[in-house]
Amino acid sequence: MELVNIFIRSIFIENMIFAFFLGMCSYLAVSKKVKTAMGLGAAVVFVLAITVPVNFLIDKYLLQPGALKWLDPSLANIDLSFLSFIMFIAVIAAMVQLVEMFVERFAPALYSSLGIFLPLIAVNCAILGGSLFMQQKEFTSVSETIAYGLGSGIGWMMAIVFLAAIREKISYSNVPKPLRGIGITFIVTGLMAIAFMAFMGIKI
Amino acid sequence: MAKKHKWLDLVTDPLNENNPITVQILGICSALAITVKLMPAIVMALSVMVVVAFSNLIISLIRNYIPTRIRIIIQLLVVAALVILVDQILRAFAYDVSKQLSVFVGLIITNCIVMGRLEAFAMGNKPLDSFLDGIGNGAGYGLVLIIVAFFRELLGSGTLFDHKVVPQWLYDHGYVNNAMMLLPAMALITLGIYIWVQRALYPELTEKN
Repeated sequence: MELVNIFIRSIFIENMIFAFFLGMCSYLAVSKKVKTAMGLGAAVVFVLAITVPVNFLIDKYLLQPGALKWLDPSLANIDLSFLSFIMFIAVIAAMVQLVEMFVERFAPALYSSLGIFLPLIAVNCAILGGSLFMQQKEFTSVSETIAYGLGSGIGWMMAIVFLAAIREKISYSNVPKPLRGIGITFIVTGLMAIAFMAFMGIKI
Repeated sequence: MAKKHKWLDLVTDPLNENNPITVQILGICSALAITVKLMPAIVMALSVMVVVAFSNLIISLIRNYIPTRIRIIIQLLVVAALVILVDQILRAFAYDVSKQLSVFVGLIITNCIVMGRLEAFAMGNKPLDSFLDGIGNGAGYGLVLIIVAFFRELLGSGTLFDHKVVPQWLYDHGYVNNAMMLLPAMALITLGIYIWVQRALYPELTEKN
């Protein structure tokens, strides 16, 4: 039950985009077509679901104060937590490289339509944000972090697909000139975020 | 490729015509999350400026020795090292603010402004030019952050730097703080309006489609 809670919370209540604005750059840039948005969303889900648990293990067995105890009792008072940024980003960069090779091999059409944004998943704030929030939330088991990573990824994917669908429609409407393009996209996202706030009152 | 840049232009261009947030659309994530109050926004702006300027400088110094295939990882490592420094300094000297910024200091690593400027500028320009470009972009980022934070704090809680500025008699006559402005959603709309005003004043920035 606990796992289902974490999963649903991270999709709706703590949605990466609407509650924390993580991964906005690619969210705004790749949301012109629903199809590309789906592809990028799927890649983000995949990368988040892997990097969050891996970083959890690294955090637990290498970085936390006293985490090195399993190696040798004399190392118990070493605190490497200041290294967490660099370790997390290294894991993420390596995982993204893997995903990139995978997509290039099995879905070349998607690969060319995602273009520069596939390698840039490495610098998508949502991915690193997932790991950093995981560190803050003090999860206790690997399965919880998998649920959290998966949920955050799906929440992000849902947001980008919705926005892409709206933008496809907006291109037929008569938007004031200075607002065209990015301006109206911001306002649409703001309105979507207000709609998502309806979930915040729900306690699970 | 190393064309001559006017130093002053390098710093002033990103303030408006080439603003990293409103024109290049980089670094939105942090711009929105930490603009509820002015103080954290200013600290964040300074941290980003330091990181962009110095990572630009370092990458520009070693740009001819970086193999292109692994450049992203190298850039990330340089940026991560700088961010760790900034984070440790903030924790030592401004603990309260660093608590408020929470994960967003760490997220400077993945702030698109840093990577974007490294890729677009530092990889092909001289160290001093790159350093100034970093300062300029950091300042442009800071400018938007401070303007958005100013309106959000003023309208949302009636304070600036946690000092009351909305006079009491206004409240007595039924003025109410707009709690909506404190919500993340309004940051997006505030920024949307900022872009609207900016592009109405400078029509050449308007997008074609």
